[in-house]
Amino acid sequence: MVAIIQIYWKMLLGALGKTLLLCLLSLCFAMIIGMIFGLLNVGKNRAGNLIGTIYVDAIRGVPLIVLAYFIYFGVPAGIKMMGVQDFRLTALAAGTIALSLNCGAYMAEIIRAGIESVDKGQMEASRSLGLSYAKSMRLVVLPQAIRTMIPSIINQFIITLKDTSILSVIGFPELTNMGKTISGNTFKSLQTWAIVGIMYLIVITILSRVAKRIERRMSCGR
Amino acid sequence: MADKKVMVHVANLKKSFGRLEVLKDVSLDITEGEVVVLLGPSGSGKSTFLRCLNQLETVTAGEVLIDGVDVTNKHTDINKVRENIGMVFQHFNLFAHKTVLENIMLAPVELKKMTKEEARIKGMQLLKRVGMDAKADAYPSQISGGQKQRVAIARALAMNPAILLFDEPTSALDPEMVGEVLAVMKELAGGGMTMVVVTHEIGFAREVADRVIFMDDGYIVEQGSPQEVIENPKEPRTIDFLNKVL
Repeated sequence: MVAIIQIYWKMLLGALGKTLLLCLLSLCFAMIIGMIFGLLNVGKNRAGNLIGTIYVDAIRGVPLIVLAYFIYFGVPAGIKMMGVQDFRLTALAAGTIALSLNCGAYMAEIIRAGIESVDKGQMEASRSLGLSYAKSMRLVVLPQAIRTMIPSIINQFIITLKDTSILSVIGFPELTNMGKTISGNTFKSLQTWAIVGIMYLIVITILSRVAKRIERRMSCGR
Repeated sequence: MADKKVMVHVANLKKSFGRLEVLKDVSLDITEGEVVVLLGPSGSGKSTFLRCLNQLETVTAGEVLIDGVDVTNKHTDINKVRENIGMVFQHFNLFAHKTVLENIMLAPVELKKMTKEEARIKGMQLLKRVGMDAKADAYPSQISGGQKQRVAIARALAMNPAILLFDEPTSALDPEMVGEVLAVMKELAGGGMTMVVVTHEIGFAREVADRVIFMDDGYIVEQGSPQEVIENPKEPRTIDFLNKVL
């Protein structure tokens, strides 16, 4: 185990960095996607509701690994069929898209549930004062909804961080992929996967601790 | 009375929720400075009527003019009209994440009626008027029901509305807190505010109302001065209702 760490520590840390990069990029996009579709789903617009529901149901109904294959291999193949010859997606781009779409759907549900947890009277009181729907949402409903959403959002962050490992299948050199390489080179599966597992564990433990602290601070203002 | 401005004009108002017809045919004019109290059993359509005035409910049919503006028209900027109609709710609906003073300042500042400083001064004046200035920095969760409702009234006043709507403002209060809220409402009525009040407080209606309206089953059954409707009701349904609540 020590030998593996001595030889491969730089590559392992580099791969961990790639994991975190993929995760952070995806989370940023997922927040945006989740906000858009979450708002579409709570709004009164029928077409918006329909689009939101289709997106969430479609993503929840397809395994992430299939989605990743589809975006990495399927989409470029489709574009090639349309006559564009040299279209390629990097593994990072494809991975980010797949993970953002996946996490975005769950985020949309969290945001929808958070907004719906706020008493309807809050929106009515705000509207009765002459504030628009958008302003009422932004100034009155969302600030209260976010407090109830925080634990679920953090939970989703952790799931997404772990889901980055699935993207090893499209060749993105993140931590799990590096584990495959190292165990293939050294034939020391036990040690290699123990190291990789512990690395995930450390990062996620730190993340949950930070999350707990944020959660506690947010609940103080109540 | 004749030369007074009509603030609320409602003609043949109908409102259905799905197949349930809540308001069947309601017509009513309310003049400036008038205090109108709506009485009636639960489910008679009083609250729905009130919520149709500021379009918290869209109307199914009929006419609603507020200060001459047709609020049922799709091209009317309903937000502008609402600035002119304050509303006080049964469950207060204070913004839970904002302090008492911030609750009052939010709308005037966001709608660019006042600067932050002006809104703060105005907010403190209003809080003093409802006797809540000592709690300006408290959060809604830290004050009592009666106090919440007094703050809610101050919040509704912050936009300088021409009309105030009260939707059962004392129904969710402990009995000992009803008086403090009614006192504030009395003071407002004395100051010439146009008020439409849905309540079960017969005493308030008798003492403060210019006109009492008895609603049942989606219609106005009887209306007139408190003496006429409360002391000498003519319609059997009014008599029956008053016998039950008095």
